Amino acid sequence: MGRYRNVSILAAAVFIQLIGLAYQIRKQPSKDSQESSRLIRVWTISAITPFEKIIVRLQTGTANLWHNYVYLRGVRQENRDLKEQLEQLQLEQVRLQQDATQARRLQALLGFKEQFIDQTVAAQVIGSSGSEQSRTVYLDKGSDAGIRQGMPVISAHGIVGKVILVQPTVSQVLLISDQTSGVGTILEQSRLQGVLKGRTSGELVLDKVMSEEDVKAGERVLTSGGDQIFPKGLPVGTIGEVKRGGEFLEVHVKPAASLNHLEEVLVITKKQEREPETARTSSIRASDILAQRLPSVPDKPAESAPGTQASGTVEGGIAKPVTAAPPAAQGTVKPNLPPTSGTQAITHTGVSATTPPISKPAQPKAANPGLGAAGTTSSGNGQGLSRPTPGGANSQKPATTTPAPPQIQTGDTPQ
Amino acid sequence: MAVSYTSREQIEVYRFNWAVAVAVPLSAIFLQAFVPRWIPSFSTYFDLPLLVVIFFAMARRSQVMGLITGAVIGLVQDSLTPHPLGMYGIAKTVVGYGASSLGVKLDVESVGTRLLVTTGFYVVHQVIYFTIARVLVGLDLHWSWSRELVAAVANAILGVILFTLMDRLKQRA
Repeated sequence: MGRYRNVSILAAAVFIQLIGLAYQIRKQPSKDSQESSRLIRVWTISAITPFEKIIVRLQTGTANLWHNYVYLRGVRQENRDLKEQLEQLQLEQVRLQQDATQARRLQALLGFKEQFIDQTVAAQVIGSSGSEQSRTVYLDKGSDAGIRQGMPVISAHGIVGKVILVQPTVSQVLLISDQTSGVGTILEQSRLQGVLKGRTSGELVLDKVMSEEDVKAGERVLTSGGDQIFPKGLPVGTIGEVKRGGEFLEVHVKPAASLNHLEEVLVITKKQEREPETARTSSIRASDILAQRLPSVPDKPAESAPGTQASGTVEGGIAKPVTAAPPAAQGTVKPNLPPTSGTQAITHTGVSATTPPISKPAQPKAANPGLGAAGTTSSGNGQGLSRPTPGGANSQKPATTTPAPPQIQTGDTPQ
Repeated sequence: MAVSYTSREQIEVYRFNWAVAVAVPLSAIFLQAFVPRWIPSFSTYFDLPLLVVIFFAMARRSQVMGLITGAVIGLVQDSLTPHPLGMYGIAKTVVGYGASSLGVKLDVESVGTRLLVTTGFYVVHQVIYFTIARVLVGLDLHWSWSRELVAAVANAILGVILFTLMDRLKQRA
């Protein structure tokens, strides 16, 4: 018996682990497989992650010191470049806001509900599972910071994964490149939906795409919201190689987020499902930005009787003329553009479009915004300024028009 | 590359300070989890906990200690992954047992032996792991001989370097 003692111990050790493995696998469909072995995982993570945190913080501290105090060369030039870039982006943002507003308006009309990212927690990646077969990373924040199991994790470039294990100060994230991961996606142009899966090699592949579908390399892949984890419309990646042959296509996707070099990520701790808002009050308008950047002429003294409404207003998305404007009238903009026969309105698309002189268009009904006025200019919320239509300026005729002096109106939209 | 047999009288059995026995495996697991943050392919080609299991098992030359060391290190490594516990545990238990059994018969102090033993045990470890992962757990893993052989040689080379460093921590039993 003594001769086989060691072999018996080996067999027993392997057998016990096999039983444990089978127990965990059996529990897997009904409950999270990690629950049954939670204690061991907690001990291990508690033993390993503090060191990882210390090293990452030391590294970050050193890098910050270098960037903040030592590496100042070229900062002025960089600042100038960034300012220019910011101005460009502001204009772009205004254009996008216009599009978004229109989309929201249409969604509201159709009674769509949309998920919005309401709250995020920034966290730092401190380590990984250390195994090629499981693509997970550890974050330096956990339930104490409001992170819960199943929450989506994103980076500045795209989606990253979802939280699968949470401890008070640490959480584990399953990356979208893991083979057990699945993300509901939609292609930006073709609107083709599919499930994005990871492979052992870490590649991302769109699953079960029929071979007759037209999938082109370079097309952007977005979240579809169908997985109930990621909100709709977040960038996932771009289509890489498309291999044909057989019933299904093999569509490779290049992740938007750099999954192999993650440092800082955002955990979406709160999503809100609500009907799209059509009234936005604090948006920056192209005319505001242009008013700041273009040369201006001195203000004219007020001609009308004091007490007259001074500030410029926008109603129904169309400039309303100002009858009298004291020099310091809030919201009044110096006329920057030459007078024309009508109002030279700056649209939210950043394009100048001549519109007929309009004083006050018909207010669209709240329940049906966007459909009230002819010419599709009214948004009912002050967001939708004139859009050039194929019919030219005269095609944009609201219900009521009166002549108005050439004046650009700004100021917050009345509610 | 010399591989020599050792008679029972020539066998040197070593032991380790308890601090070393805890700190070295923990450091290996820590580095295995942490280094991929900078070198993503590190975990594709290297398995530091496996090297530690082989080293401890060969130095102690006790089959029971070898399999226990392998089981513990493997289970700890498992607990960092989202997969069920036991996949690395079983693979490293077998490797620990095998390495200590071999340590009794071979002169495991020579570089040649270490290279061959580490290469062989890496392949054994991967075969067991893949079998468990595919057959028992149902993971869709893709076996690539070329990748596994490259990884085996890479681990063997790293192992020889690390074993030389860790030799300094050994104490005669």
